[in-house]
Amino acid sequence: MDKQNRRQFIRTGIRWILFGGMALVAGDLIFRKGEPLFGKNRKSGPTVWQLDPAKCIQCGRCATNCVKTPSAVKCTHAYSMCGYCNLCSGYFKPETKTLDTGAEKQLCPVSAIKRTFVEDPFYEYTIDEALCIGCGKCVKGCGAFGNGSLQLQVRHHLCDNCNDCSIARNCPSGAFSRVQLTDPYLLKGFGKKNL
Amino acid sequence: MRHKTVIVFILLILGIFLPSVMGVQRFPKPEFESGYVEPETQFPVPRAEFLAWMDVAVLLLSLSLATFLVLKKRSRLGVFWLSLFSLAYFGFYRQGCVCSIGAIQNVTLALFSGSYTIPLTVLFFFLVPLVFTLLFGRTFCAAVCPFGAFQDLVAVKPMPMGAWLNAFLGMIPYLYLGLALLFAATATDFIICRYDPFVGIFRMNASFGMFLFAGVLLLSGIFIARPYCRFLCPYGVLLNWLSRFSWKHMNITPAECIQCRLCENACPYDAIDFPQTKKDPAGRRKQVNRLILLALLLPLLVLGGAWTGGLIHSTLSGVNSKVRLARLLQTASVSKDQPEPPEITAFRSSGIAQQQLMAEVATIEHDFLTGSRIFGGFIGLVFGMTLIGLVRTPYRTDYVPNRGTCFSCAKCMDYCPVIKS
Repeated sequence: MDKQNRRQFIRTGIRWILFGGMALVAGDLIFRKGEPLFGKNRKSGPTVWQLDPAKCIQCGRCATNCVKTPSAVKCTHAYSMCGYCNLCSGYFKPETKTLDTGAEKQLCPVSAIKRTFVEDPFYEYTIDEALCIGCGKCVKGCGAFGNGSLQLQVRHHLCDNCNDCSIARNCPSGAFSRVQLTDPYLLKGFGKKNL
Repeated sequence: MRHKTVIVFILLILGIFLPSVMGVQRFPKPEFESGYVEPETQFPVPRAEFLAWMDVAVLLLSLSLATFLVLKKRSRLGVFWLSLFSLAYFGFYRQGCVCSIGAIQNVTLALFSGSYTIPLTVLFFFLVPLVFTLLFGRTFCAAVCPFGAFQDLVAVKPMPMGAWLNAFLGMIPYLYLGLALLFAATATDFIICRYDPFVGIFRMNASFGMFLFAGVLLLSGIFIARPYCRFLCPYGVLLNWLSRFSWKHMNITPAECIQCRLCENACPYDAIDFPQTKKDPAGRRKQVNRLILLALLLPLLVLGGAWTGGLIHSTLSGVNSKVRLARLLQTASVSKDQPEPPEITAFRSSGIAQQQLMAEVATIEHDFLTGSRIFGGFIGLVFGMTLIGLVRTPYRTDYVPNRGTCFSCAKCMDYCPVIKS
């Protein structure tokens, strides 16, 4: 075996070892739990980021830490939980006396909540997603004194689904996690079938 | 009406004293008499799964096409147009996520963490370019990676860097890869994504610092071709080593090299190895002495690296959010006049016992100690091997692409006057 052939032989050998190594990594990842990733109970679909409102403390970082401006996290209104209060603690600043839509009375810094009269004494509250910055001020108010029907959620038509979510990294309560694409939303007190 | 307001107020005052748990039905849903229909909460769907598989298909197709263009057609023009397509698709349309470079961290996290399962599409993004490189060389870098394509566009006036500068700057990717693996394995952070310079440009949205970083890279990229690929890219480390043992690899000349020296300055990345027919130009004795010295130095470098790694492990573990929280909790009682950090508020309301957190953090700290030592030793090894690589003068008769650093971009091919008969 001359020098050139020997080199070729070693090179080929290492190549097969490297192939084997890659196959091992792939095999370990695919068959790890004794069940192939592409099996029936597969959990290997693409993932998306989910905000768990039960853990969220409305610190306001969703508004400032998203790579998108404005943030892809927005207030989501679960109407079926709403009490349609006239004195909405998610809409009005505390100690507001006259309940009208004056900007100085609203908790929302960008007036993204629309208040419309339904029937005495009920009002409907709608989130204008184009305006909402995801600061969670209304969520805090609604959760403290109301039903908690206003909740922060990652809105998936806006989310870029970064591999390393910048909000998740900065979330103080660990409310963000990767979930399967099939179950992207999670609202408290809201039937799963509706999502 | 007045009655209701009073009740609401009483309930509000009660609400202050009630535990402020979310989702409490404090006010029953009204029974509307006006026929009002409650609107439905909208849940916009994320990007469909089949589109993720389409990305994998585009990756496979463009890699195959790149390989065909480089190895069979030897067409620089084809590679150029394909790289523009990749820049448009993986860069500006897909906005850079998920990419093969970042997928290193998903794979590492999945290997080390019990709870994280890697999506198959991400696994494909990690493995497919590796397999192609082991077969055909780094054709992924040539025309499929949007980062490479982007930097190739600005490389107007590339300058040779010299072997020593190339070798020393070339150690940064190992450092970056080592850190990325350490942070991904401990489920701390994905630093490759966090400090990704070009994704901000693809999205036209990034912090000022990241835009500045991208600007510096692109401006220096005018003179130093592909600075990210050569001196930062952690995936490039893997591709470099796989490419060295590749089954096929592009060559500068289609037939026999005639030593015309026309390609000497063709490569903007200093990836052409020149002929080296004189055995040991520094003298046989001197050469052997140098290699023996370096071989003796190598274990010392590894040990020194591991020792240094052990020293800095608590600095590195400070990146982990749980470790940070534990350290915050220990120092929080000192400064009572400042508002409580939200981390502590969240921890207090989570109901997790402090001992449980401390136990968890102790495990993480221990993992970091082990990981930092391995990381340090690895860097020592890389440093030693780089020195040995600089001293070695392998025998070579022709102008050939360096299998490790060559991006298979086919730029040198047009310089070769040899025509295949």
